[in-house]
Amino acid sequence: MLDEPFAAGNSVIHRIDPRFRVVASIVYSLVVAVVYTFPALFTAFFFSLCLIASARLDLRRVLKRLVLVNGFVLMFWLLLPFTAEGEILYRLGPIAVYRPGVILAAQITLKSNAILMALIALVSTMSFATLGHAMNRLKFPEKFVFLFLLTYRYIFVIEQEHKKIWRAVKIRGFSPATSLHCYKTYAYMIAMLFIRASARADRVYRAMKCRGFSGRFYTLAEFGASGGNLIFSVTVSLATVAIIALEWFPPKLLPFY
Amino acid sequence: MNTREDAERILKLRGIRFAYPGENPVLNDLDFDLYRGDRIGLLAPNGSGKTTLFHLIIGLLAPNAGILEIFGNEVTAERDFIAIRRKIGLLFQDADDQLFSPTVMEDVAFGPLNMGKSKDEALAISRRVLSFLGLSAFEDRITFKLSGGEKKLVSLATVLAMEPEVLLLDEPMNGLDHHTRMRLREILESIDLTYIIISHDIDFLIDTTSAIYTMADGRIMKDEQVSIHQHDHAHLFGHVPHKHK
Repeated sequence: MLDEPFAAGNSVIHRIDPRFRVVASIVYSLVVAVVYTFPALFTAFFFSLCLIASARLDLRRVLKRLVLVNGFVLMFWLLLPFTAEGEILYRLGPIAVYRPGVILAAQITLKSNAILMALIALVSTMSFATLGHAMNRLKFPEKFVFLFLLTYRYIFVIEQEHKKIWRAVKIRGFSPATSLHCYKTYAYMIAMLFIRASARADRVYRAMKCRGFSGRFYTLAEFGASGGNLIFSVTVSLATVAIIALEWFPPKLLPFY
Repeated sequence: MNTREDAERILKLRGIRFAYPGENPVLNDLDFDLYRGDRIGLLAPNGSGKTTLFHLIIGLLAPNAGILEIFGNEVTAERDFIAIRRKIGLLFQDADDQLFSPTVMEDVAFGPLNMGKSKDEALAISRRVLSFLGLSAFEDRITFKLSGGEKKLVSLATVLAMEPEVLLLDEPMNGLDHHTRMRLREILESIDLTYIIISHDIDFLIDTTSAIYTMADGRIMKDEQVSIHQHDHAHLFGHVPHKHK
């Protein structure tokens, strides 16, 4: 369910300190999310492509993830060009295609893909556990990190419980239908899942108490500084600065603006 | 029993009564003593209060009545139990309850770190325990991807890493394959700790414990002498002459 196909690897990106990657991905995503001019967006898109390339990931898998998100983006292309009114680009019979809509949809496409590719290259190249530790070291709130790691640990157990309940219903001839009986069964299943999850939480907490848990979170992860980190930080910073510069002083090369 | 020194006594339970809210008492007027070096098996029907007894001993539940003395002192407050839990390690029935960290190493080091050990000390203890259990190769494994048997052994490692004096093992053999059962048996034979084992597996208890008690009517019944007897049993290659361990 939650596999980590990109976490194992030994590319340039994989070797960079997870903390640097987390910070870089946050700063970079924020900047890309707020820029609007096309030179800046294309630069970001290209830079994200470079990140993916240097992470040496299975491109088919990357594409599969991108397709998933671009399904949503497709919805924008189906709606925005026809609804965001303004200058008419051209007419398809009775339907007008509006220029601001097309521009907006294009911006969303570039932005979302650039951010997603950067996150795949920088963040999904570390395991959940590493990400948790990186967040802990970056002084993210402890409760947040705990919640993240425990969710990761127990989502599989809850999935198993869900499968168990589902099997129990199925072997007794239950098949989904639009009936009160079916809704009631679903309600029971969900309720049972919550009850089991809560009982599980209780037992886990007891087990933690037995081992002296007092609310403090210790981590064993060691992150070392290396030359690669410096080069990485400088590269990402330069790219980010370039994107901001292009946003503020867009070159008049492209016919959009 | 009475001849043994009080100094050797680890647990002294007198008149313990416990009922879950709105239910009949599971433990009623229960007396129990545990001495250093004891290896006790607890064999009793489901629902007779075995797990409840373990949880009372380490303060996860509080008795409705009775006196609980551990290491010679009466314990009632949560603060007292925090110290007790370092000396008495509980192995839970379900390993998934016990293992909550992403990796094996972190889970094993969790206890020592909570006890205030430094990171290096915690790592050293964890490595030692893992290698004692033959799990050295497991350090960086993801806990939820372990098999049932591996999970059980790693849970035992997390308990042993606290360096306890007493072990409470709640159905440790549940759902384990033959190989892991044998490993666990060997491990228990080789550690020099006082322990109580809850199990439904009489053969296992005969091998690993020196006395088997049972529970009825909310009390512990002593059966000091395990009578040796014969009965038919079936397994693969049973027709080949063989001996049982």
